[in-house]
Amino acid sequence: MDKKKLDPLARFRGFIQAGATLLTNIHLPNFAKGTLYQGSGKYVCVPGLNCYSCPGAAGACPVGAFQAVVGSSKFRFSYYITGILILFGVLLGRFICGFLCPFGWFQELLHKIPSPKFSTKKLKPLRYLKYAVLLVMVVLLPLLAVNELGMGDPFFCKYLCPQGVLEGAIPLSLTNAGIRASLGKLFTWKACILLAVIVGSVVFYRPFCKWLCPLGAFYALLNKVSLFQMRVDTHKCVSCGACARACKMDVDITKTPNHAECIRCGMCMKACPTDAIQYKFGLGDKSNTEATKE
Amino acid sequence: MFMTKKQAQLLLLAAGVLMLLFGVWRGEADTVFSKAIRLCMECVGIG
Repeated sequence: MDKKKLDPLARFRGFIQAGATLLTNIHLPNFAKGTLYQGSGKYVCVPGLNCYSCPGAAGACPVGAFQAVVGSSKFRFSYYITGILILFGVLLGRFICGFLCPFGWFQELLHKIPSPKFSTKKLKPLRYLKYAVLLVMVVLLPLLAVNELGMGDPFFCKYLCPQGVLEGAIPLSLTNAGIRASLGKLFTWKACILLAVIVGSVVFYRPFCKWLCPLGAFYALLNKVSLFQMRVDTHKCVSCGACARACKMDVDITKTPNHAECIRCGMCMKACPTDAIQYKFGLGDKSNTEATKE
Repeated sequence: MFMTKKQAQLLLLAAGVLMLLFGVWRGEADTVFSKAIRLCMECVGIG
């Protein structure tokens, strides 16, 4: 029995993740038909990493949409997608990763498979890889590596993103013989990446989010200023370290409550024996802690 | 301190809204829409 006064958001996180994934891919009949939703919802992007070539996708993928605009012959930068991502990031930060991202949820489900689990504490430098992915594969290559028409490839979607295979290629190829016949070496490469992420997710907690996701990198940049924040009550905290040991994103929340890697999953709240950690939403600094450095 | 957290949040929210509106005004939303309703060959691994 859970005797703690746990915030409903943390308590029902799994249900929220399932609901968010369903809403993000609400056009379920399209899976059987092998077609894509083509309504006006595709003008806007969803907050999480979700391929717009998924038959059920209700909106556009923010990372794919950014590259589509930057790689088009008409534009060199996407103010539209950057504006949307700044709004998502400032309002919610990496709460999106922890609660709303379908691919984050997928990795968490895989991590529940019984197996040896490995810590990522010694692999912290790999966290910076995702910023390089954001800068190079999402921004620079689609912008600079262009053809004679001035159009660039969506490098991240084409060569690295496993969501396109998981949500797009696999369901579409099951119902569409034409797509099935067209899958070649590129699909094999991307399927290998997906397989590596699947195996990695069983033994590590959210490896793609930690090390490769450019969307997570963008939200991480805004996590310190997001309105959705973690608050550590320094009067209640007994410095037992239970929160830091429970954190699978390798954050010590007592030192940096709004660390770039904190996905607001609430595992620290569950572990805290004195209920010193809470969610807060609002303008200004709600963190109530004196230490600021990790 | 150069700027309070509240000021930074308000500034970023305003910047986000302005960028979004500017992007819509210059037609980026149509580019996003036309890409999102078609099969993304690169995403699914066709090329």
